[in-house]
Amino acid sequence: MPGAGELRVLRRRIRSVRSTQKITRAMELIAASRISRARQAVEAARPYAQGITRVIRDLASEGAVANHPLIREHDDVERVGIVVIASDRGLAGAYNANVLRRAERLAKEERDAGRGVDLYAVGRKGESYFRYQGQALAEVWTGVTDRPTYDDAVRIAERVGHDYYEQRINRLWLCFTNFRSALTQVSTTRKVMPIDPRTLRGGQGFPPQFTFEPDPVALIEQLIPRYVEHQLYAALMESSASEHASRQRAMKAATDNAGDILNGLTREANRARQAAITTEISEIVGGAEALSAD
Amino acid sequence: MPLSVDIVSAERRLFQGQATELYARSVDGELGILPGHTPMLVGLAVGPLRVRTSEGEEVLIAVHRGFLECRDDDINVLADTAELADDIDVARAEAARQRAVEHLSREGYPGAARFALARAEARLAVAEQNDAAR
Repeated sequence: MPGAGELRVLRRRIRSVRSTQKITRAMELIAASRISRARQAVEAARPYAQGITRVIRDLASEGAVANHPLIREHDDVERVGIVVIASDRGLAGAYNANVLRRAERLAKEERDAGRGVDLYAVGRKGESYFRYQGQALAEVWTGVTDRPTYDDAVRIAERVGHDYYEQRINRLWLCFTNFRSALTQVSTTRKVMPIDPRTLRGGQGFPPQFTFEPDPVALIEQLIPRYVEHQLYAALMESSASEHASRQRAMKAATDNAGDILNGLTREANRARQAAITTEISEIVGGAEALSAD
Repeated sequence: MPLSVDIVSAERRLFQGQATELYARSVDGELGILPGHTPMLVGLAVGPLRVRTSEGEEVLIAVHRGFLECRDDDINVLADTAELADDIDVARAEAARQRAVEHLSREGYPGAARFALARAEARLAVAEQNDAAR
């Protein structure tokens, strides 16, 4: 019977596309739920970011603190550190490619300016990208980007902060993806340390009878690491939201594509089925006629 | 004039409102703030922070390090981590404490584990106090 084999092949493909579609749809839904979680975390953490920036700004206008090495811009920057936040998993559209390209460009700019570059990778995709390029990585963190926590930020900040405080690096960059909206995510670089002088300008200072406990210098030395941690936390959360948004979009496209393919295949299968039936009928009719002709 | 208090942790805002008194543990010891307190900026240690709101309620918070700023009866607390006493899950805090102790005995960067340990201990202490108050 012609057509039956073709029909079986088509049915098998329909089944396989349908199960793929189920997977992509599930991934789309999971990603969607994670976006809002990361977004809420960014929003909830904002009062702290504002508070700590304001306190550092006020302290920076104190004479004793203004020239502190943690606040001051270095005269000659020899080595810079770049923390690159990518994801652990793929299937997120151009998310990883974009942020890694941005990091690559930043590293090149710094190298062209004659500075050494230490790369810190967050996420397996960043790790494999740089390893493949034959670039050494100072440190790698995986298993963080899907659902970052504050402890993750502390862990990363401890390592990179340590390198900065010990002057192994004189500048610290974050390369991450900024979540503007569900539709736009932009790969961004941000200089964390030393703190941008523009951020520090305009502190209202403290009245003369103000009490500090401990003294302002000790306070700023405690505040700066918290500031670095918090910048990292915000960047991790922004990146995580972006990753999930990219994945949601990629998986939505995949689900839609699977739907289109299913439509086409179903139509083809129906045609094959009808062809098979038609052939069968004409065979029966032909057979009957051959018999009655006798 | 009541105090206007704003308590935020690195992760979220825990309390915002009017209060009549506030007690915290600074790096130099216990600290009580009533309206009209001299302006100051102090580092906070690990310990409980108590706020008596203008409605007379008491809010108990486990604070692990951070900063407290007081100016003109405006009080801002920036805690590294903090949790409302009512939100503390004693069993989880206890488990976290044990995990942190284990981590500390291993190599690597001990900061996160030390952080986790101190936080778990602060939580347990506050939860205990909260139970005692009931």
